[in-house]
Amino acid sequence: MTPDAITVEGLTKRFREDGPAAVDAISFAVPRGAIVGLLGGNGAGKTTTISMLLGILVPTAGRITVLGHDMLKHRFRALPLLNFSSPYVDLPGRLTVRENLSVFGRLYGVRGPDERIAELAGELDLVAILDRKTGSLSSGQKTRAALAKALINRPELLLLDEPTASLDPDTADRVRGHLESYARKAHASILLASHNMAEVERLCADVLMMKGGKIVDRGAPDTLIRRYGREDMEQVFLDIARGTSSTDSEAAQ
Amino acid sequence: MNASLGRLGAMLSRHYYLFRGSWTRVFDLMYWPLLQMVIWGFITLFLNQHSNWFAQAAGVLIGAVLLWDVLVRAQFGFTLSLLEEMWSRNLANLFVSPLRPFEFGISLMTLGVIRSMIGVIPAALLAIPLFHYSVFEMGLPLIAFWSMLIMLGWSIGLMIASLLFRFGLAAESYAWASIFLIQPVSGVWYPVAVLPDWLKPVAWSLPTTHVFEGMRALVIGGTFRWDLLASAFALNLVYLAFGFAAFLYAFGRARMRGQLIQSSE
Repeated sequence: MTPDAITVEGLTKRFREDGPAAVDAISFAVPRGAIVGLLGGNGAGKTTTISMLLGILVPTAGRITVLGHDMLKHRFRALPLLNFSSPYVDLPGRLTVRENLSVFGRLYGVRGPDERIAELAGELDLVAILDRKTGSLSSGQKTRAALAKALINRPELLLLDEPTASLDPDTADRVRGHLESYARKAHASILLASHNMAEVERLCADVLMMKGGKIVDRGAPDTLIRRYGREDMEQVFLDIARGTSSTDSEAAQ
Repeated sequence: MNASLGRLGAMLSRHYYLFRGSWTRVFDLMYWPLLQMVIWGFITLFLNQHSNWFAQAAGVLIGAVLLWDVLVRAQFGFTLSLLEEMWSRNLANLFVSPLRPFEFGISLMTLGVIRSMIGVIPAALLAIPLFHYSVFEMGLPLIAFWSMLIMLGWSIGLMIASLLFRFGLAAESYAWASIFLIQPVSGVWYPVAVLPDWLKPVAWSLPTTHVFEGMRALVIGGTFRWDLLASAFALNLVYLAFGFAAFLYAFGRARMRGQLIQSSE
C-alpha cells in the first residue's frame, strides 16, 4: 500500500519549555495525490506546522513522516522530493528569475534545467520577465516566480503558504488551475495554507481547521459547510475563528 | 559525492550571478585593499628615507598590509555570503532544499577564498609598479602564509555565522568588527617583542602572530621559519574545529527556535 504523503502524530511545538504550545499535539494525514487545506487565523499555528513538515523547525514532540521518510531522522531523503513557497521567504532580488531558477534547479539536481525553466515560464506566464531582476518585479510576478521555484524539481509534495496572495483575480485563477492540473498529472500532494476561502473550496478535497495550535475541525469543504449550517467556507472560518459555532468541533476530531 | 559537488556548484553559481549583475560589488571587494596598500606604500617610502631599519626591510609594511587583507577579506567574504542570504530572506529556501549544512559551510569557505583573491591580488599587482615591491617574491612561503590566514578567516567566519544564526541580523556589526579585535596582538605592523609580557601569551595563541613573525623573518632575515608555520597550522586546526562545532551547534539551535524561516528578525 502506498503510504500517505504526510503522516503527523502528536506533533507539538513549544518555543519555551514552560511556554504555551504553538502547535499542540496535532495528528493528521495527507493522502497521496490529494490537495488539503490548512486553515486558521493569524497565530493559529499554520506556519509553525509547515516549518516542522519542511524540517527547518524541530518539534518538541511527535512524529512526522513525509513520503515514507521519517523527517526527524532522515529529512535529506525526503527534501529532494518536496518543495515549498511562502510569503515569509523571498528569492534573491539581485538575481534574474532565470538565474534563481537555475540555482535552485542545480540544488535539487534537476536534469535538463533549461528545458524545465522554459516549461515553467510558459505555464506560469513568466516568459517576459525571465531575464528581469527578481527584486524589480511586482508582488504578483514575485509570487509566480516563487511558485516556479517551488515546482522546479517536479515535487511529489508541495507545501504552499498563501500561494495566490497578491495576485490579480485572473492570474490567481490561472495559478489555481495550474496547481490543480499539476497535482492531477504528477499525482502530487499539496498542503495549502490560505486565507482565501474561495480558493480552498475550489482546490481542497479536505480541510484542517487550526485554532490556538490545535486542529479544531476537519473535513471536506462541503461537509464542513453543511455541518455548520453555512453557505460557504468564509462563514465556517468566521464561526470557528470567533468561537461562535454551535457545532461540537471536538467530536469532529 | 557528485550530488554534493552539484549543490556546491549551485551555491557558487548563485554568487557568480550576483557579481555578474553588480560590478559595484566587485569594485567594493578591491577598494579597501587597494587603498590600504597605497597608504602603507607611501608610509614605507617616507620611513625608508628616515630609518635605517625600514630601509633594510623595505616592503615589510606593504607585505603586512596585503597579508592582513587576505585574512580580513577571507572572513568578510565568508560572512558576507551568509549575510547576502539573510538580507534577501533566502535561507529557508536553501535549507528546505537538499543542501546540507556542511555543504553550505563549505560553499561559504570557498566564497571566502574567491572574494579574498579578488580583493587582494589586484592590490598586490599594483604594488609592483607603484612601490617596486612584489609580495610574490616571497615565493612558496607566500602560499603557506596565505593558506594559514585563509584558514583563520574561515574559523572566525564560522564563529560569526553561529552568532548570526543565534541573533539574526542584530549581530551583523560583529561581522565587520570582530576581526579587528585581534589585530593589535597579531604582530601585523610590529614584532610581538614590543607587547607587554602579560599580553604575549595571548598573541602567541593566535595563528596570525606566527604568520606575521614568519613573514618578517623571511623578508628581513631571509629565513623561512618552519616552526612558526607548523605552530600556525596546529592552532588553525584547533580554531577550525571549534568554528565548525559552533556553526553546526548554532544551526541546530536555529532549527529548534525557528530562526531559519525568519532570519531577518
